[in-house]
Amino acid sequence: MEASCGYKRKNDAVGIIENINKLFDHRIRLGIMSILMVNEDADFNRLKELLEVTDGNLASHLKALEKEGYILVQKQFIGRKPNTRYSATKLGKNAFKKHIEALEKLIRKK
Amino acid sequence: MSEQDYLKDISEIKNLMNRSSRFISLSGLSGIFAGIYALIGASIAYFFLLPEGEYVVLHSWNFKMLIGLLIAVAVLSVVTAYLLTTRKAKKNNAKIWDATTRRLLFNFLIPLVTGGIYILIKLNSQHYGLTASLMLIFYGLALVNASKYTIGNVKYLGYIEIVAGLTCAAFPGYGFWFWIFGFGVMHIAYGSFMWIQEKK
Repeated sequence: MEASCGYKRKNDAVGIIENINKLFDHRIRLGIMSILMVNEDADFNRLKELLEVTDGNLASHLKALEKEGYILVQKQFIGRKPNTRYSATKLGKNAFKKHIEALEKLIRKK
Repeated sequence: MSEQDYLKDISEIKNLMNRSSRFISLSGLSGIFAGIYALIGASIAYFFLLPEGEYVVLHSWNFKMLIGLLIAVAVLSVVTAYLLTTRKAKKNNAKIWDATTRRLLFNFLIPLVTGGIYILIKLNSQHYGLTASLMLIFYGLALVNASKYTIGNVKYLGYIEIVAGLTCAAFPGYGFWFWIFGFGVMHIAYGSFMWIQEKK
């Protein structure tokens, strides 16, 4: 009995660390995902305004999330102005949820 | 990362989720003012425009003045809310006109405009007995619908308005008093409650 409990606990700990997502270890990437979790989509300027970051900085973090398949990028034109909208994919949403759960568990443990 | 960092992450997430999806800047004071305007408007109507023991005749001078009074109360309330909200937003360094506000306004206006048009159609066919009740109900629905996009307890105000509207429908002839309760008294009560909470 005890042995199995110990084994299970150890397994849990490994699980938590596995679920802590390296990609979300950065404030801006975490911020982008937080916004896209509760909004259907957001455009570049809206994200920039909420996160208070520079264009280049934001673009590079968006690229990283896009590469991982966590966000969907849609480019369109409003009149003549190009407008890029971002939304979270199912994969991204699940990864984010897992990350949050792992964070919560880590905090509760201590 | 230490525990401190994780906690900071979580509070940052919460903060961004709220800021990006919910409108927080509506001031309680604007509720109080809206209530006061409603009470002033109602007393003007009561003492000058409502003939005693009679019904107001459609398209009469009194009727037009009543409609004008209603519009004046509504416009004054909206302007006051706008001014107070911009002031508060500036203090909190928040943008007043962004995607969140647009969504809030849009969701607020759908039931409100629907109700408004419905009431106008009914008025045109001489059905004005339920006007107060309909105003309360649709305003309540608008508040409940908009509450998803704002922080605070505005949905409870919405519930109260809906219940007041339905009760009003069950007591024909007392529409005026229900209107005073819903738009005057409840606005002042709710606004004061919010205002006290803001000060805390």
